[in-house]
Order: sequence, then C-alpha cells, then structure tokens
Amino acid sequence: MVEVSTRETYGKTLVELGKENKDIIVLDADLSPSTMTHFFAREFPDRFFDCGLEEQNMIAIAAGLAASGKTVFASTFAVFASCRCFDQLRICLSQPRLNVKIVATHSGISVGEDGTSHHAIEDLALYCSLPGFTVVVPADAIETAEAVKVAAATYGPFYIRLSRPKTPLVYPEGYHFTLGKAVTMRQGEDATVIAMGIMVARALEASDILARQGIDCRVINMPTLKPLDEEVIGRAASETGAIVVAEEHLAQGGLGSRVAQVVAREKPIPMEFVNLKDSYALSGKADELLQRYGLTAGDIEVAVKSVVKRK
Amino acid sequence: MPNHIKVPPEPASQANIFNLSIEELKEMAKKLRRHVITMTATAGSGHPGGSLSAADIITTLYFKAMHHDPQNPQWLDRDRFILSKGHAAPILYAALAESGYFPVEELATLRKLDSRLQGHTDRNLTPGVEMSAGSLGMGLSFGIGVALAAKLDHRDYRTYVLLSDGECDEGQTWEAALSAAHFKIDNLTAIVDCNRIQLTGWTRDIMNLEPLSQKWQAFGWHTIDIDGHDFNQILAAFKEAEKIKNKPPVIIARTIKGRGVSFMENNAKFHGKAPTPEEAERALKELE
Repeated sequence: MVEVSTRETYGKTLVELGKENKDIIVLDADLSPSTMTHFFAREFPDRFFDCGLEEQNMIAIAAGLAASGKTVFASTFAVFASCRCFDQLRICLSQPRLNVKIVATHSGISVGEDGTSHHAIEDLALYCSLPGFTVVVPADAIETAEAVKVAAATYGPFYIRLSRPKTPLVYPEGYHFTLGKAVTMRQGEDATVIAMGIMVARALEASDILARQGIDCRVINMPTLKPLDEEVIGRAASETGAIVVAEEHLAQGGLGSRVAQVVAREKPIPMEFVNLKDSYALSGKADELLQRYGLTAGDIEVAVKSVVKRK
Repeated sequence: MPNHIKVPPEPASQANIFNLSIEELKEMAKKLRRHVITMTATAGSGHPGGSLSAADIITTLYFKAMHHDPQNPQWLDRDRFILSKGHAAPILYAALAESGYFPVEELATLRKLDSRLQGHTDRNLTPGVEMSAGSLGMGLSFGIGVALAAKLDHRDYRTYVLLSDGECDEGQTWEAALSAAHFKIDNLTAIVDCNRIQLTGWTRDIMNLEPLSQKWQAFGWHTIDIDGHDFNQILAAFKEAEKIKNKPPVIIARTIKGRGVSFMENNAKFHGKAPTPEEAERALKELE
C-alpha cells in the first residue's frame, strides 16, 4: 500500500482552509516543522502564533481568540496536547464549548525512538472524558484532510489525533468523511474488527490472512471516537456475534472501553482487545515497538480466532 | 444555544454610558460591597474577601473606564473585562447587575441550583461574563487571545484582565507574562489585585511574591504601582496604561483583603467563607 504522512496532509489542508477563511488562526508550541503547521505559518504569518514551550498558555490564548470569533487550530505533540494542559482544556475549552481544534501529531508508541515520555497512550481517555469535545482519529491521509475540513466547518472543541510515521492509504481519492459515522471497510459474518488510526490498515491485513483460513471477518473503521457510532456497533454485535477492538492506546478509556460500553448495553457478546496493557513502552523503531507491544496484524488475527472460539 | 454564538447587531450608541464622578464611584463601590455581603451571606458560601479588595477597581472599570453596553453584551467593539480570579465572581455579578446586564434581584440567586450566577464565572450562563474561570492562572492567557483578535480585526477595544496576587503562584501566569511581552500586546491592561492574603494566610508566608513589580518589569512589562482603593490613582493608572505602546502594561494595585468591613479586613478567614447572618448585619451597618 502507498504510505502518506497524515501530518503533512494536515499542514497542507490548513493552508487550503486559510485561503478560504481569514478567521482561521493557527497556534503551535515550538514544533511547527514537526506538526507541519509551518506551511500555514509561511503562507499566513499574521495569522500564525508560535507560543513557544507554553502549552498551557497556548490553549487559553486559543480560547480567547475563539471567544472573539476565530476558528483556532492549535498543534503540538499528542503527549503535550493532552497531559501537559488538561486543566486548560477542561476550563477554557470544554466547559465553555469554544471553537478550538487541537490537532496533535506524534501519538501512540509509533513515535518510536523518543521513548516513554513521548508516547501518548493516555490522550484518548483524557479527551473522551471532556464533555463537549469531539474526538477524531483518522486512518490515513485522505481521511485526515477530510476530518480537518469538517472540524473547521463544525462549531465546538475538537481533538484530532495524528501519527509520526507515514500511514498506508486505506481509502481511495474522493472518500467522504461523515462526522460520527463509522465506515464498514469490509463485510464479514464470523467476527468484527473495529479499529482506528494506524490499526485500520493492520485490521485489513488481518482480515486477508483470516479469509485464507476460512474466517470471514468484518472490518470497521471508527474514526470518530466521540460521539460514537453506536448503531454500527450494535449491528456488528448482532450480526457477527464477536468483536475485536484494535487501537494504539492503553486499554483504559480508549476505543475498546467505549465500544464495550455499547456492547454491554445493546447486545452482550464475546470481545477481545488489541491494545496497550497497563504499562509504558520503551525506545525503538516504530515497527519494532508495534511488534513488541502486540499491535500487529498477527495480534489481531490471534484475537479474532480466540473470540470466535468463545461465540 | 450558548450566548457567545449569537452575532449581535451593532448598537445605536457607542458612547460610554457610564461616567460617574469620583464621589459617585465611591457610593457605587459601597453599594457593590453591600451586594457582596448580602449575596454571600444568603448563599451561605462564597469568597467575600477577594471580592471586597477588588471592589474599587471593578467599580471604576464598569462605571467610568470601560466602553460597554449592558443592553448589548456581545457588542463587538466593547471593552472586555476578564476576571481571572474567578472566585471574586460576586463583585463582578454586583457590577453587572448594577450596570444593567440583569436584574439586581437576581443577585440573591448566587450559587443556587439553576441560577445564572455560578460559584465561579461561566461565560455561557451570565450576560456580560467574558470568561469561564475558577482554576487560577488562565485569565491573562485568555486575555492575550482576546487582545490578539482585536489586532487581527483592527478593532480598538481594550482588554482588561484582573488577577489576584495569589494566582501569581501559578506558572501559567508567567507563561502569559512572557508571551504578552513577546507579542507586544499593548491593547491589554493587566491589574494585579495585591491584597497580600491567599487562602491560608499571608502571601509572604505561603509563597513569597516580592519584589512583584520588578518581576513583571523583568518579564518586559510597564508597571504602574498604585493604591487600589484610591479612585484618582486607579483612573490615572488606566489612562497611563492606554498610552504605553509596544509593550504590555500591568497595574500593581495594593489593596486590603476584605476592604470596607472592619472585621474582614486583612483576615484570611474570609477568603472563602461567607459571613454569618449576624456578621452580615454588622458588615452592612459599616457599609451604610
């Protein structure tokens, strides 16, 4: 599959949006060449503010701009965009529901060599806990461009989670993202894999492997974590009778927890979870880490076989 | 729908509709102080001490210095007042009610279920409240955002941010101080209500801030030291601040916590405790 950088796509999409809407303001915290907001900074220097290493300040400045009618994008690495400024997210954005889009790059353990301190694996739990926030994890560059445009056009606080490495394209050009709607990537009857972000390509790979073994596996991409597409989850539970959730996040508070809440209420069935267990990862190359910590197509394959046995 | 989404019409008059004399300001400040006592006593909780220390500054802003229109709280060219020390909500509510944002009778609902007057400020509930606050150290950053928006939109409104001295303990206050100077924010006036007392005691004992003016100067600010209970000094400071270009001005206002009520003055006990009915009665007599 062709691999494209989601953060580069984000940066270029911002430039497009900036041309259309002069009320779009972009903030960064001394990471613009990495978050790729530097494209916007170059094109619109008057509407770009580098807040230095002041993430807390950046979030509250964003709130002040949004309260004055601006649509604000604020970017930094996912670790800093979540853990470093959580109280500011809560008081300045969530409580007053202000129109700020936090687009964080370098999420999960696929950040790689920078190690534990830089692996954002709690961010989705934190953001999903905030009332009023919309949380989106695009699966590839095409979905990223779509999600960023939808965020700009939709009032309210958003968290969009992107990755450091390039991501395989799972969508054709022309794909249309609908906020709050899951996408059935592949039909299947024996089990369902619900995935997000970089795990979607891995889920598709796993379903290929399983198909060769006679297991007909449905694959659902869940780009919007909040609000969650509960209907598609209920349908998958009823129709396939087994669900595996795959995510590059801790077991606590991410996609797995959220899907399980719906399954428990709507249609209790066996579930398995491919995610990070209760510990931090170490330094290493992205692929080495994904393998070491159990986030590969092979891990999804094993989980599907295990959940199918429990049906 | 939250009130900040509505796009308001431009008002008929852009004039400052409040232009009280010094004597009238003194009387108004006393009235607002009486509201603070009655409101917190009725609620049975709240923060009277830091409300009373800020009373003269807020009175001057709402009844003399700021251009605002209570009939049109979302007027795009209004001067903005941001209460960073969100626990002083009662004095802000009193000023908003007396200037006409909502009925004075509503002050009696402070902190009660379904009231628009929350324990700490909520911008989506209360007409005239610019920022939801309550966790300290965020207001100056928010104000920088508002001031940057004014520059981007070529509007000449001014942003006022009131901080407490205790909140200068928060690291974010200094992040904001650094960035306001870096961005050359000169359309914002910060005011530090230096009542020298935080929740459990004197600031010098809990976390020493002095020399405070020199700290702001070192961060690139123009500082103006005043007696925060002298209306002439407060007004002169606002005027001086407006003249400063290319750097942010801060007014270090030396105040007295609990100012106006003898047994509340310089008394940390009344930081976050409402007066009892008997105490309220004594306080109101002193404020007649």
